Amino acid sequence: MSTKQSFYLRHERAILGTVMVLMALLVWEGLERGWWADALHPILGESAERLQLERIFISSPTLVASAAFRMFFVTGEIWRDIAWSSLGYGLGLALAIAIGIPLGLAAGWYRRFSYAIDPFLSALNATPQVAFLPLIVVWVGTGLGARVLIIVLLAVLPIAINARAAVRITDPRLIKVAASFGAGDFRLFRTIILPSAVPFLLAGLRLAIGRGMIGVVVGEIYGSAAGIGAMISQAGSRFQTDKVFVGVLTIVAAGMILIEIVQHIERRVEAWHPPVQV
Amino acid sequence: MTPKLEAQDIRLDYFQPRTNTRLTALAGVNLQVMDGEFVSIVGPSGCGKTTFLSVVDGLITASAGRILVEGKVVTKPGPDRAVVFQDASLLPWRTVLGNVVYGLECIGTSKREAQTRAAHFIDMVGLAGFENHYPHELSGGMQQRVNLARALVMDPKILLMDEPFASLDAQTREAMQEELLRIWAKAGKTVLFVTHQIDEAIYLSDRVAVFSGRPGKVKEIITVSIERPRALGLKRDARFHAIEDRIWSLIDDDTDRSRHA
Amino acid sequence: MAVPINVDQDAPDERTRPAESGWAYERFVIGGSTLLAVLLLWEVFARSGLIDPLFISSPTRVAQAGFGLLQDSDFWNDLRVSGLEFLFGYGLAVAIAIPLGLAIGLSRRLQYMLSPFVDTLNAVPRVTLLPLIVIWAGIGIWSKVVVVFLGAVIPILVNTQSGVKASEARFIRVARSFSASRLKIFSSIVLPGTVPFVFTGLKYGAGRALLGVVVGELYASTAGIGHMIAAAGNTFQTDLVFFGVLIFMVTGLVVVALLDGLEQRFERWRPDVH
Repeated sequence: MSTKQSFYLRHERAILGTVMVLMALLVWEGLERGWWADALHPILGESAERLQLERIFISSPTLVASAAFRMFFVTGEIWRDIAWSSLGYGLGLALAIAIGIPLGLAAGWYRRFSYAIDPFLSALNATPQVAFLPLIVVWVGTGLGARVLIIVLLAVLPIAINARAAVRITDPRLIKVAASFGAGDFRLFRTIILPSAVPFLLAGLRLAIGRGMIGVVVGEIYGSAAGIGAMISQAGSRFQTDKVFVGVLTIVAAGMILIEIVQHIERRVEAWHPPVQV
Repeated sequence: MTPKLEAQDIRLDYFQPRTNTRLTALAGVNLQVMDGEFVSIVGPSGCGKTTFLSVVDGLITASAGRILVEGKVVTKPGPDRAVVFQDASLLPWRTVLGNVVYGLECIGTSKREAQTRAAHFIDMVGLAGFENHYPHELSGGMQQRVNLARALVMDPKILLMDEPFASLDAQTREAMQEELLRIWAKAGKTVLFVTHQIDEAIYLSDRVAVFSGRPGKVKEIITVSIERPRALGLKRDARFHAIEDRIWSLIDDDTDRSRHA
Repeated sequence: MAVPINVDQDAPDERTRPAESGWAYERFVIGGSTLLAVLLLWEVFARSGLIDPLFISSPTRVAQAGFGLLQDSDFWNDLRVSGLEFLFGYGLAVAIAIPLGLAIGLSRRLQYMLSPFVDTLNAVPRVTLLPLIVIWAGIGIWSKVVVVFLGAVIPILVNTQSGVKASEARFIRVARSFSASRLKIFSSIVLPGTVPFVFTGLKYGAGRALLGVVVGELYASTAGIGHMIAAAGNTFQTDLVFFGVLIFMVTGLVVVALLDGLEQRFERWRPDVH
């Protein structure tokens, strides 16, 4: 096997992936600029026109990149939106954690409590929580409150459900060992249940991060003057497709960064605990 | 007389790309099994017994040497050889009947014929009435019996068994050994049986091939001239112990050597 | 087999006082009575006038509004529109995601080529693409179908792919020892083993599909239950809003129940299916 062949095989994944992405970007750029339309004009004649699309429909990699540069480094307008969205997001996520973890842990610990709240959790889980948004707006108007509430509604379920599962699935043998040493309920909870629950909690957090993002955007689209979601919505209504893409990419990047952080923590915890499949 | 199964100078080398080394798993195995014989292979851990069985079945290709079934060379798996794996590996989504007919399905036997034949062997292994049970409803011993039926129904020329009772508890294991001899007497098959347990090998076989430590070769073949049918009590017989001691000393040699190597 | 954690499985309750026994229907009784208690409290609160019923409505008012709607032809049109959006989008997603998921699971090359796109689509909240989708497909039914499709296609695809990859080597070895053809291996080993995973994906996908209907209609639509909720919200008709949410809730529960039932039929062989 030649060195070139073995190099390819070892890095096949990265190579194929990168090639496809580059090709996709090229096709995209070409669609906007009309490369393919011009190239195929001699063959296809008039219908080659179809291979060029208006920039309001698709924008192009270069347009998006230059818009991004402008928004981040020239006008700096996007930073205000990021801060605005982060505020709502941070508050919402924090509240979801503060409510979800105790709720889930209690449901895992006390069987009867779990039975009691199960109908509500299942109902909430089955409903697209965003449907509550108009209701939330009726209650607290549009503004920070509404955005925070919808994020809480979206993010609290994965956290609570995972917390409950974490307690239920604690290895009963460990509990037996602790009980045989005479550990009281509280000590049992603190030293056995909690540590073994951590991987589940982190997995739930990862899910909550994504769902919270949906909440941020939906909350802002529905009624907010600033924030990434609002920016996307306004740019969309003005057909500024390049700005829309910048907004989308910003949200994706933010989500990826946050999830990467959680995964980093998960890996450190994983040192003693096998990975959890959720 | 042509042996039912013959292995001629089987060699197997592994190449490890990461460390750039060559590992020899089998260093020239020669073995003959005659029609209707029950031959066991024993040897120290890692000597390549299971690997050898995989080569005979055609799941692994040997680096050198040939496998002949009734005088004809074979290189890939085929209906002339059937394997009973250590892990019953019953398809969980099929019933007992569905599992037993699986091999026949693969070679294109008609559904009706397959089911009739399967019913016969399910009865032979003592599981009549369990045709529509799912694997998760069966005990380990029962699953292995289904495993056996699945192989037998193929009417193979050679039955290859890879430590089929290793995952069973001691009592079930002994019961299954007795069962196996009963079924074997009825079915009249040629068997090549791999095992870790020396007493099991002696109890079951006509001849026992002792493998040397890695790289694997046949060190010596011991004939078990105890008459059949054999009762389990035989394991306390003096003749039995004598053969056991002989085989142990052969294996001990190798284990010692590999430990000090 | 790698199976998602079944959350409803009770771990032995050894930490609760061992003498505590429960009766068989305890779960339903406690759950049901809590639900009734909450509904009762809600009704009482509303009637007492402590909080303006305009804000919180009440179970009876929601029911009344519901009855009223059932006679309104606009409502049935809304129901039809939302239903079509869901069924088209979800159906299309299933039709594309399952074959594609199988293909990606079987071919490593294909997986390497497509994974950047799948991962990106997974990372982008569909909500952010709404303005774009509307630019492309207008505010009619098709933009919603696109949103629903995008939401459902990824979980179904990813789970189907996982299912293929989880095919156990030991079963494939059995098949090979019987000299099964590659097609046979696929149909008798890979496919049945993938079924549990496909159902997990279908359930996740259904939830996200439903979310897509709501989100799409809240953003820009002319009909549909989500549209009705938004319009009712704007005019402070809280009882209608609750009723609309109730419809989505019931739909969600029904769809999952249907999928569960279907799963039971396909997976009679599993010892731990709910």
